[in-house]
Amino acid sequence: MVRFGKAPLLSRLAHISRRRWLFAAALLVGLFTTGCGPQYVLLRPAGPVATKELHLFELAGIAMGIVIVSVFVLYAVTIIRFRDRPGNRAPYMPNWHGHRLLEPLWFIVPAILLTIIAIPTVGVTYQLAHLPKARDPVVIDVTSLQWKWLFEYPGQHIATVNYLVIPTGEPVLFELTADSPMNTFWVPQLGGMEYTMPGRVLPLWLEASHPGEFWGHSGNFSGTGFASMFFHVKAVSPARFAAWAQRVHRTASPMTLADYHRLLTFNVVGESSYGAYPRSTFPSTKTGFVLQGGMYMPMHNDPRKD
Amino acid sequence: MALPGWMLYLIHTLFPADTRRPTELGADVLIIATGAILFYILIIKGRWRHVWTEWITTVDHKKIAVLYLIGAIAMLFRAGVDALMLRTQLALPHQHLLSALEYDQLFTTHGTIMIFFMAMPFIFALFNAVIPLQIGSRDVAFPRLNAMSFWLFAFGALLLNMSFVVGGSPSAGWTAYPPLSENVFLPGVGQNYYLMSLLIAGIGTTMTGINFVVTILRMRAPGMTLMKLPLFAWSALMTSALIIFAFPPLTVALSMTLIDRLFQSSFFTLGHGGMPMMYVNLFWLFGHPEVYIVVLPAFGIFSEVVATFSSKRLFGYEVMVASLVSIMFLAYGTWVHHFFTMGAGPAVNAFFGLSTMLIAIPTGVKIFNWIFTMWGGRIRMTVAMLYQMAFIPTFVIGGATGIILATVPVDYQFHNTYFLVAHFHNVLIGGTLFGLLSGMYYWWPKMFGMKLDEHQGKWAFWLFFLGFWVTFFPQYLLGLEGMQRRMNTYPFGLGWHLLNVISTIGAFGMGAAFIVLVYNVVWSLRYGERDLTGDAWDGRTLEWAISSPAPEYNFARIPVITDRDPWWAMKESGATLANSLSPADIHAIEMPKNTPVPFLLGASFFLFGFGMVFSWWYVAVLGLLCVIATLIYSGFNYEEHALLTADVIRGTEASLGRLQA
Amino acid sequence: MSLPLAQEETGLEPGLPLELADERESIKVTGFWMFLVTDVLIFASLFASYAVYRSRVAQAPGPAQVFHYGPVLLETLLLLTSSFTVGIAIWAMRTGRVRMLFFWLAATLVLGAGFVTSEIHDFTSMVGQGLTWHQSAFLSAFYVLVGTHGAHVTFGIFWAVTLLFQVARRGITPITARKLYTFSLYWHFLDIVWVFIFTFVYLGGKIG
Repeated sequence: MVRFGKAPLLSRLAHISRRRWLFAAALLVGLFTTGCGPQYVLLRPAGPVATKELHLFELAGIAMGIVIVSVFVLYAVTIIRFRDRPGNRAPYMPNWHGHRLLEPLWFIVPAILLTIIAIPTVGVTYQLAHLPKARDPVVIDVTSLQWKWLFEYPGQHIATVNYLVIPTGEPVLFELTADSPMNTFWVPQLGGMEYTMPGRVLPLWLEASHPGEFWGHSGNFSGTGFASMFFHVKAVSPARFAAWAQRVHRTASPMTLADYHRLLTFNVVGESSYGAYPRSTFPSTKTGFVLQGGMYMPMHNDPRKD
Repeated sequence: MALPGWMLYLIHTLFPADTRRPTELGADVLIIATGAILFYILIIKGRWRHVWTEWITTVDHKKIAVLYLIGAIAMLFRAGVDALMLRTQLALPHQHLLSALEYDQLFTTHGTIMIFFMAMPFIFALFNAVIPLQIGSRDVAFPRLNAMSFWLFAFGALLLNMSFVVGGSPSAGWTAYPPLSENVFLPGVGQNYYLMSLLIAGIGTTMTGINFVVTILRMRAPGMTLMKLPLFAWSALMTSALIIFAFPPLTVALSMTLIDRLFQSSFFTLGHGGMPMMYVNLFWLFGHPEVYIVVLPAFGIFSEVVATFSSKRLFGYEVMVASLVSIMFLAYGTWVHHFFTMGAGPAVNAFFGLSTMLIAIPTGVKIFNWIFTMWGGRIRMTVAMLYQMAFIPTFVIGGATGIILATVPVDYQFHNTYFLVAHFHNVLIGGTLFGLLSGMYYWWPKMFGMKLDEHQGKWAFWLFFLGFWVTFFPQYLLGLEGMQRRMNTYPFGLGWHLLNVISTIGAFGMGAAFIVLVYNVVWSLRYGERDLTGDAWDGRTLEWAISSPAPEYNFARIPVITDRDPWWAMKESGATLANSLSPADIHAIEMPKNTPVPFLLGASFFLFGFGMVFSWWYVAVLGLLCVIATLIYSGFNYEEHALLTADVIRGTEASLGRLQA
Repeated sequence: MSLPLAQEETGLEPGLPLELADERESIKVTGFWMFLVTDVLIFASLFASYAVYRSRVAQAPGPAQVFHYGPVLLETLLLLTSSFTVGIAIWAMRTGRVRMLFFWLAATLVLGAGFVTSEIHDFTSMVGQGLTWHQSAFLSAFYVLVGTHGAHVTFGIFWAVTLLFQVARRGITPITARKLYTFSLYWHFLDIVWVFIFTFVYLGGKIG
């Protein structure tokens, strides 16, 4: 009995340890190959804004890679050559404390590298601050609440909570504000984020070049429900976008002020749609921001201006 | 039996529900145990008189340094445990070991304590221990103020740490952006604790800044011109100048939030024209210089360590000084890079992006100069040097990712992601903490008269260094995967779990390193190699010319300085023991006298702060009256100094073997 | 072999005013200047905030409606005069005239107290009209900026009273001279801050 009892146990043990070993190997392989995985959303742009930002990241990364590699090589040589070990024949120069040619060199080389990064940085910063000249963009008014997102489409007269549908192939203008602590509005695959702040409206434009589904999240901590501030973005062709907006406008019930006040409650909710919404829920020059108090401030840098 | 109403009120106010969780109860047990041990040592063993006369009332910069160091290590422990709890919670997706509120409180206290109550006092510990010795002075410019600074720090730290078990912790992050930090969103006393403790500790820090600027400008030994000042002293000067200019905006920002919370003003509120953006500006007007406040001392330490352990003059001294000065100035021109995404417009963003890149140039110059200090030297791999050697590659990578973040459009993507978290831990740990630990190992013989065991120190170093990279390299990748900082949990489908597990494993490696480090310190205090020469490392600067630890008066006679590395130059000319004085050379010295004022002032501020936190105005007013009474007592007390007679000094010098027969 | 030794001198440096003649006291004056730098930055931050908040009046009245120029002119007059009297007091101190020092320092305090009284009266009448700092960010910034200055003046008055006691007990010594001198620096500084408050807050409010 003992002999028979032992064998399965041992083989089971061997089996487990083999599985563990496989698991560990998979972990390592996984780690080194994940660089290409789809979860690296910042390396998987789905629109021109994110693509430009990624290209700049690559440029800066390469320039910094040059710095890192050259410093590391110099450093490794120094450490190996000048270690204090018996019989080290490298020169010992205890009073060498300056060099007229070397010292300017490490001013000039980094300065050149930085200039290479700086010029496109300024260029892209200005480019992204301006909406590409096109026909009137779809405008979406974004309000971050505790802990949910309210998206209002003034052109389509509809509103959604925690999900967005946007047309592909054209820029979409987001006007961002908050009736809550600050958050940031961020869809990594479409482009960088911008803050939603109470009492101010900040503009941000993004574009999806092809249909797809993306996730978005807040980047600024806003309390205990912060981790749940995910939202879902669906990019569809302009025709399907128009059809969707029509359908929501027709079929979904309109949002009342009471509905909005319910949204102001500090909680986490699922997705929902409204066929209409009261205009006073988003700050404008006329109405002011009456609901929790707050004042409209004119947009500081509306990308529509030229 | 029903409790009386006031007692119920006290229990509910002091111990609300969120201080009655397992972690808090664990902390309660620890506190009670520590209290019992202290009670045993102080009262039963009768050591309180010694503690009171030698430590609590001391104004000696060397003892204050030890007090700061103890505080810093204790706070490193507290905030490190916070970090381990955070990492445990994040190890797996959908995990709920900690509630969201607990998680928020822990990352808030982790950041706040690490910056204000770990890095700052650690820096001040080394300033206090070293600067007066390096510049040939008997003490700092204002010894009593120096002790006040320490006790304000200590009581500020006590106040913040108390929040964990009494009343509830702050939970708006170490930056505490309004309107989240306002009453509407975070009622309760947590944020008040944050504000009051930082205000109280901030007063102390500002006074330290003033103290060291004046010390270095006015108390140098004759002959020590500014261009003969050791680089650590230069970095202390620049750091102190930064403190003087950076802390007032923080004080204003915190006070405004406090007035909003306690007295219903409308600075950062949602309505009434409040403007949270103003806080963000003021905070980072402080916050960015603060980054350099904590990293410049590390630069100074490395400049000392690298020259000593390469047995070589520092390469490019003048440029090193120039880059410190230019970093100090540039530090004020970059604060907007913390919020490129707050809609300041392309012109402002481009300007601050470029100014941030500009600051990389003087920093890069320093890196090259350190490497070239090693070039042509003889590198001794002591623990202090190992931290320096780990610092260079770590900081280069941290700096490079900093440049990537300064690239404005890229920052739009990376703002507040784990890429940012990895970046600032990379520079804060790789720069500041490596520097401070390097300095600790380097100056430990000078502070305590014995070396820390090198073998154990190397174990701690390697654990820490590897743990650090295992923790933070995956976080760069997590940033690329789009994970944001301060999320208490995350869903499974985004591919974040693997990297998070690895990061957590690394964090525990760093935790293990801390344990080895503490073991190293405790072991060495008992069995460590005594340093009888005063010059444990074949040093170069003035502090190594006197005995270890330095006598109360530091220098029996103040030397005249003729060289940048005065002690090295002396050794070159054949000296073995500095300041071998003949008895006739020694005169009486006036030294500052111990005083209870600083401790009492700290305690009074604590009382005031506690009253403010709970809006118990009688307590607050009582605390304020105690503050005023202490100040008046101090103002009327003219006996600040006592004379150390020549005979006493001769006796001390003789026992140190430094008196000519 | 050892380092050359410095000659350590004690006693007063001839040719310097009394408050700077002792090395240790003169270092304290340097320290006080550094403190003033931090205080300048406190006020700079408050001024910057006020400049931003000035237009954020919400539903409450703005600068043009809330300021009372009568009390403000009186306060300006009192504080400017007190800066002059404290100057005379320091001159008296340097020339060793204790009674004159007492008189002019006391005059300074009376003027300062007049300033504080007028300001408190002004503030309470504003609050009486319902203009609390809860009403708007502008009022918050106004009360905190001007109030911080007022609190500084109040603190200065109490400080100077303790100095009067110290001088009465010990006479004019390097230490008391240094304390009086730093007080006068502080007082002049508050005067300068008030000039800025008067110009930017009150006159600026008139311009609108």
